[in-house]
Amino acid sequence: MSMQQLYLLIALSPLAGAIVVGLWGAKLGRAASHWICILGVAVSFVGSGFVLRDVLAGNAFNGDIYVWMTSGNVKFAIGFLIDPLTALMMVVVTFVSLMVHIYTVGYMADDPGYTRFFSYISLFTFSMLMLVMANNFLQLFFGWEAVGLVSYLLIGFWFTRPTAIYANLKAFLANRVGDFGFVLGIGLIVAFFGSLDYATVFGAAPKLATTVLDVGAGAPWPLLTAICIALFVGAMGKSAQVPLHVWLPDSMEGPTPISALIHAATMVTAGIFMVARMSPLFELSDTALSFVTVIGATTALFMALLGVVQNDIKRVIAYSTLSQLGYMTVALGVSAYPAAIFHLMTHAFFKALLFLGAGSVIIALHHEQDLRKMGGLRRYMPVTYATMWVGALALAGIPPFAGFFSKDAIIEAVQLSSVGGHGYAQFAVTAVVFLTALYTFRMLFLAFHGEERFGHSETAHIDDDSAKQLHEEPGHEEHAHGAAPRESPWVITVPLVLLAIPSLYSGWAYIDTVLFGNYFGGSIAIAAQHGGLATMREEWHGAVPFIEHGLLGLPFWLAAAGIATAWLLYIKRPDLPAKIQARTGALYALLINNYYIDRFNDWLLAGGFRRIGALFSDVGDRSIIDGFFVNGSARLVGATSALLRKVQSGYVYHYAFTMIIGVFALLTWWVGR
Amino acid sequence: MLQLYFPVLLFILVGIGLGLIMLALGSLVSPNRPDPEKLSPYECGFEAFEDARMKFDVRYYLIAILFILFDLEIAFLFPWAVVLPEIGIFGFWSMMIFLAILIVGFIYEWKKGALEWE
Amino acid sequence: MPSVATLAFDYVPALPEIVLLVSACAVLMIDLFVPEPRRHVSYWLTLLSVAATASAILYVFHNTPVRTFGNMFVADAFGDVLNFLTCLTVILMLVYSRGYLAARGLFRGETFVLAMFALLGMMVMISANHFLTLYLGLELMSLSLYALVALHRESGTAVEAAMKYFVLGALASGLLLYGMSMIYGATGTLEINRVTTIIFGGHANRTILIFGLVFVVSAIAFKLGAVPYHMWVPDVYQGAPTAITLFIGTAPEFAAFAFMTRMLVGSLAAVAFDWQGMLIVLSLLSMIVGNVIAISQSNVKRMLAYSAIANMGFMLMGFLAANVNGYSAAMFYVVTYVMSSLAGFGLVLLLSRAGFEAENLDDFKGLNQRSPWYAFLMLLAMFSLAGVPPTVGFYAKFAVIEAAVDVGLVWLAVVAVLASLIGAFYYVRIVKLMYFDDPVDKAPLAARSDMQVLLSLNGLSLLFFGIFPQQLMGMCVVALTRSY
Repeated sequence: MSMQQLYLLIALSPLAGAIVVGLWGAKLGRAASHWICILGVAVSFVGSGFVLRDVLAGNAFNGDIYVWMTSGNVKFAIGFLIDPLTALMMVVVTFVSLMVHIYTVGYMADDPGYTRFFSYISLFTFSMLMLVMANNFLQLFFGWEAVGLVSYLLIGFWFTRPTAIYANLKAFLANRVGDFGFVLGIGLIVAFFGSLDYATVFGAAPKLATTVLDVGAGAPWPLLTAICIALFVGAMGKSAQVPLHVWLPDSMEGPTPISALIHAATMVTAGIFMVARMSPLFELSDTALSFVTVIGATTALFMALLGVVQNDIKRVIAYSTLSQLGYMTVALGVSAYPAAIFHLMTHAFFKALLFLGAGSVIIALHHEQDLRKMGGLRRYMPVTYATMWVGALALAGIPPFAGFFSKDAIIEAVQLSSVGGHGYAQFAVTAVVFLTALYTFRMLFLAFHGEERFGHSETAHIDDDSAKQLHEEPGHEEHAHGAAPRESPWVITVPLVLLAIPSLYSGWAYIDTVLFGNYFGGSIAIAAQHGGLATMREEWHGAVPFIEHGLLGLPFWLAAAGIATAWLLYIKRPDLPAKIQARTGALYALLINNYYIDRFNDWLLAGGFRRIGALFSDVGDRSIIDGFFVNGSARLVGATSALLRKVQSGYVYHYAFTMIIGVFALLTWWVGR
Repeated sequence: MLQLYFPVLLFILVGIGLGLIMLALGSLVSPNRPDPEKLSPYECGFEAFEDARMKFDVRYYLIAILFILFDLEIAFLFPWAVVLPEIGIFGFWSMMIFLAILIVGFIYEWKKGALEWE
Repeated sequence: MPSVATLAFDYVPALPEIVLLVSACAVLMIDLFVPEPRRHVSYWLTLLSVAATASAILYVFHNTPVRTFGNMFVADAFGDVLNFLTCLTVILMLVYSRGYLAARGLFRGETFVLAMFALLGMMVMISANHFLTLYLGLELMSLSLYALVALHRESGTAVEAAMKYFVLGALASGLLLYGMSMIYGATGTLEINRVTTIIFGGHANRTILIFGLVFVVSAIAFKLGAVPYHMWVPDVYQGAPTAITLFIGTAPEFAAFAFMTRMLVGSLAAVAFDWQGMLIVLSLLSMIVGNVIAISQSNVKRMLAYSAIANMGFMLMGFLAANVNGYSAAMFYVVTYVMSSLAGFGLVLLLSRAGFEAENLDDFKGLNQRSPWYAFLMLLAMFSLAGVPPTVGFYAKFAVIEAAVDVGLVWLAVVAVLASLIGAFYYVRIVKLMYFDDPVDKAPLAARSDMQVLLSLNGLSLLFFGIFPQQLMGMCVVALTRSY
């Protein structure tokens, strides 16, 4: 089998699974459905492994598989660009996806939408692979929208819940804002480069570095800055950067495997991947890089703060995802693209692990998500407990777990950077280390340590949304509430263990290759003046000295302090948090309400725009556009139509006469001239 | 030059003579019992002098169309027969195929009952 | 005087036509002896004959043009591709219309045999290399079609439609013969490929030639149903039994396209500048008039008739570019238009049953509730006719518009886009009725399984070729470049 066929097989086997199960899932039954989907993704995973090996051997591929159509110089094609960046993403995506597929067998066992769910996640895997394997902007956009579509479908998977529908709509709207920027960016590229092909565009980019886009208002914009910022706005939507982050916490309404796969490990990192892929463009615009840095730093810091006060176990992890995405974005901003991708990879492993672990807890507690109603679970769920520890240590950045390496590399890259806003970014990423450790261990301690608070919470159901979930969750009514939680079945624990392994070792094992070993080669471009990463490479002496160096650095001690604080507040003195909360009422209210961003959005955007919209709708749309242009032209067409219809009299001599007139008209014109 | 037309003259004379002999034999030998129907001029089964815009029996058309059809097709046989020595076996089979198609049509109309008046 | 030796022709290039003629005669004979309850024997024999013809086309497929019967007949890639597609269309038409015909007492040997003779006429037209062969094929096709339209004798509208079709068709034939004789007068030959050489050689009287051209173009426009020669189309489409409408609306489009290509490209390429202008007028009028009038139709068959007129306008827009790109775009357009309208009419047939014609827009209301799959197929057909991506109709419209833009006719392309916007309205209206309205008629939909399978494949092919149009387009380009 040629490599080209292998690429196709990798992309298409999840699609085949999705189609078969989507169309005939009900007839095939549950077992056959999940086997088909798992097989499809397993084939992709194994294939991706081969591709990675092939890429490591120095091979690359860039070509069109199928040209849909060409218009002038613009070509609409399906093509693959297989290089180290793609291969790495392929392995990460298919691995996490495979784990989630297996996990779903256990997690969704009682759900009536079982086969539909499998069809969706296989479809997602296909779309994500198309996105990362694209060699042109059109396919990138297709994958971009397709993963978005599946994401919406899955957030609203339990479509009978009003909250799920609300979250669904919110995700849709926030992503539309981002996609607008993205489309604008692609449009500018087509307009000025005349091509949708990565290679062509990247090749022509330096020549257009000085082109200026006159947008009127006397303030000309450098073209590439405009393109990069527009593209990054797309990334902000997909990767949930401030202020378009609002949809991600709400997306936790979807089933937990989805939170792990789509809203933590893969889809939300599409923005990061896209910016890294576009590095030849971003490197030519310092303005855009500064913008990226500032947005990333803001996201990292402010979202981490929110993580500290959440009581829903999934929301804690969701805010941590936002914060970690901020890290990756900062890394992109300071031109440390390999560091961003490296963090993307390690994060995918440990964040999927944490989500799946949280899901395991949620299942064990019959869909209880409130941390205040957990505690002491370590005795009942040893495997989940142990693997959650691995995930937490990796997220907090304790050596030698994976997160330490990728996070420290980013912090160091920020220190060495000189891009605009790097001072702010440096403060933010350092402070976040403390916060990360704090909220991670807060969650861990609340869930697994301390006194057991589950099982006698029936009376507290009234004010809490968990009650609603408990009762509306299809298929769970038969469970007796309050029974002692049990460890989850093997289909759930095996993926946890398999994800814990890379969370443990992938940092020190791969930092050498990925970050400093010129792994990415030509797939990522870094301009000479943005040499932070190059400096780090010169000072690089291997993983062990890196740990030693890290142990002396501020971030490590901040992380340790965070863990200690968590221990103090939630194990040693569990009475303290309530007191602190009482003292800092205003701050707490600010945080628990997500800085009132949602309310602001509802008030200004939803409310204000609705009012403006109503105005435009009444005056502009209904009377002028609709009344005059649309209905007017429709009426005109309708009237013409009715008139012309009369010509069709039904009399054969009228018809013959028309034909003769036609002949005469043509004769007069062509013979007579 | 003129003697070249002698066969034509002969043909005309023989033709007229033959016609006269036949008519004379007919009137002499056959029984002669005239009635109004027999004496009226014959024109395709219709009254000779009346309004032209009248109803025709549709079966008449069927027969007439079929007649014209076969009549016209048979007309092709004459030129064919004249040049048959020159177009040879190829020409022969061409006409056979032509007639075969014609026969297909004939069988069809026969079997469909188009030739039966009632 | 040709010698005897040259009269022994090469029959192999005409093998498909011969197979069809022999089997049509055979079916006619066999049907006479088939008792009424076993009418399906004739039906299956007809399908078998057309399938055998299609296989014969593949068997003799010509990569380089072969001329035979004293240069009256040509077999080339262009003809073979179109012949094959025509056969395929007839097979689909027979399968789709079986239930409809049976419910109306039209499931008779005559229907099948007339369809086969019409097909033979089309194939002769497609393979013509001589004006008279072309005319012969045209008449064989037309006469069979007139008879097919009138087949439903009890239906007044059908007989009326047949009369109109016949009278106007006779007029068009007259125009064609007149035009052909003018061209003969100007060039002294009736052989299609020799006309070209003579005109290029400068031995033709230009005025007479253009005079003939106008008449020939008029006749072509009549067959295609281009404005202002379109008046027969709505009346015939509406009046004929739907199964016959399906036939008239599909297979003859291939023949008409071949007719146009053989005449204008094969023999009159030298005056391309003149016919280009005429086709611009026809194309422009067809696109506008077709789409605009279609809006005010409440009868689906009539609406599809105007849609046919408009679509032929689009096809002409590609053709009038007068280069290989344009011709292949037009050919692609015809192929995809036939595919789409087969699916569309197929669904109209499916919704009809004994004593009930599903020909009003309201009959499509709530189809999604009655059968989501058929509603989806109809949606594909409508989207394809409207040119909505990712159906094949989009690519077809795109290709013809691009061909027009390439030769500098940007204004025409703009009109085309506006016209297709207007057109989108009435196609999407059907989609709206199917998905957002409640059904008026709740009778269950029944179809034979062979029809279900073929109709589904037909509908899905609209999607498939929309995503993968290159092979189909490649086929059109190859067929044309290997023949012209």
